[in-house]
Amino acid sequence: MIWNEKFECMAPAELKQVQSERLKKLAAYVYKNCKVYKDKFDKATVKPDKINSIDDIKRLPFTTKVDMRDNYPYGLFCMDQKDVKEIHVSSGTTGNPTLVGYTKDDLKLWSEVMARCLACAGAEPGDTVQNAYGYGLFTGGLGVHYGGLEMGLRIIPMSSGQTQRQLKIMQDFKPKIITCTPSYALYMAEEAKDMGIDPKNGNWKIGVFGAEPWTEKMRDEIEAVWNMLATDIYGLSEIIGPGVAQECPHKKGLHLFSDVFYPEIIDPDTGESVKEGQDGELVITTLTKQAIPLIRYRTRDLVSINCEKCKCGRTSPRISKIKGRTDDMIVVRGINVFPSQIEHVILGIEGTEPHYQIIVDRQQHHLDEVEVLVEVNSKMFSDEVKKLEELRRKIKKEIETVLSIGVKVTLVEPKTIERSMGKAKRVIDKRQI
Amino acid sequence: MKIKQISIFLENRKGRLYDVCALLGKNDINIRALNVAETEAFGILRIVVNKPDAAVKALKDAGIVAKITDVVAIEVDDRPGGLTDILKVLADEDVNIEYMYGFVEKSSDRALMVFRFDDVDKAVNILKKHSIKIVTEQGVREL
Repeated sequence: MIWNEKFECMAPAELKQVQSERLKKLAAYVYKNCKVYKDKFDKATVKPDKINSIDDIKRLPFTTKVDMRDNYPYGLFCMDQKDVKEIHVSSGTTGNPTLVGYTKDDLKLWSEVMARCLACAGAEPGDTVQNAYGYGLFTGGLGVHYGGLEMGLRIIPMSSGQTQRQLKIMQDFKPKIITCTPSYALYMAEEAKDMGIDPKNGNWKIGVFGAEPWTEKMRDEIEAVWNMLATDIYGLSEIIGPGVAQECPHKKGLHLFSDVFYPEIIDPDTGESVKEGQDGELVITTLTKQAIPLIRYRTRDLVSINCEKCKCGRTSPRISKIKGRTDDMIVVRGINVFPSQIEHVILGIEGTEPHYQIIVDRQQHHLDEVEVLVEVNSKMFSDEVKKLEELRRKIKKEIETVLSIGVKVTLVEPKTIERSMGKAKRVIDKRQI
Repeated sequence: MKIKQISIFLENRKGRLYDVCALLGKNDINIRALNVAETEAFGILRIVVNKPDAAVKALKDAGIVAKITDVVAIEVDDRPGGLTDILKVLADEDVNIEYMYGFVEKSSDRALMVFRFDDVDKAVNILKKHSIKIVTEQGVREL
């Protein structure tokens, strides 16, 4: 079903009208209510009254993760905190996390776009969804939850992990829909087989998988092992969380709800738009958000866009699967990880030098594992095993606190980490995604 | 009365111990006592050699993490209960041993053991007070 036919299937000219009106209002709103935006607009010598059409968006300055970091926590908010009803955080590049906030209307918007996603994947009111995205500060769990409530699903709020319990619950309640990271879907299937359960056994219809990049090969595997349609969902906390774009059953790109999240695809080096169909960085403007509206936010995700009407009837543009990043962020078990976060931790520990390397691998059982190699120097070194072990455990604990995922820390001899052109290669990603 | 032990960081990798020993041999350094402490991911090689300063230089030049630690080499009567007598003195006097290991060679009818104490100076004083024989740096060289 199409959840909001009016907007999702709107004729292009009319949609442009809606976008133009919304952008006009937005420019005036942020200029008036947020000093950071006012300064950015002034620096770019653009006044809100010069923004009359969506095409004028190119005059506005970009917003980046650095802006979010520099103005942590409340600098980008356009309203008083008493009107902010929920906050979430995601990974920051160093030190502080990235904070996002929602007003009551922002939460309504989130519910609406997530309902659109679930419906777009093929959910019908009354279906049961097992929501295995993490609940909490991570936006995945609650985003799906709100969308499920909005469209009238029966929600099993499992959160992530506790695989044996997940399997028991799905046998007992036979949900039609599963929502989780694609790697966890494969992991659960393996666990099920080990327990003598056939994952296909149930009422499975649809999986809504996201929060990490995945391949068509993984899709085929998931569809075969679970006997369900595996669809891709896209989102990022800064914009709203999950709910920015979603594949329909035709699986020909992810429908991006451009009446509320206006997309541009740019050359990351020049900032200029690329032609439709070419790869570039996805830039999103939240046209209707209130607490932290983002103007031309650089997602750092590389995609291409297709603006043709889809066979499903939606006119909303479709983005490709994420083809890469323009920065060094990696996604591990749905969590965004910046090498700079790990560097920050290592530099904070006395005696250590920033000689480290991050190795990410996907094990046989489909879960990602992170190993951080840290070079030992004479300052850190001790002749006592317990002191070195203490140091290793300290590094491990601090990295885990910052990243919220388990890591393995290995102490290695100096100069064992490969240096190229004087600069060390920080991340070795052995996963084939 | 203290002697120098060289502690070396080793990754758990095939051939690492060989590499280090070969390097020392090439530099005409003789190992008198040796011990390897191992964990799942790394090891610490501890050695007492005839030329500690030259050994550290050679290791560092080769990019190996090594440091000098003060330890005490004690002569232990080579008879049942010989070590127990010494350990009793140390326990009674509240001296904490981090680790210990034996020498390759024997001096006369006594065994030589390396002790790493958390407080070396206190340990040396107590050993002297109880007339326990400590081998000097010179003594190690002459073995």
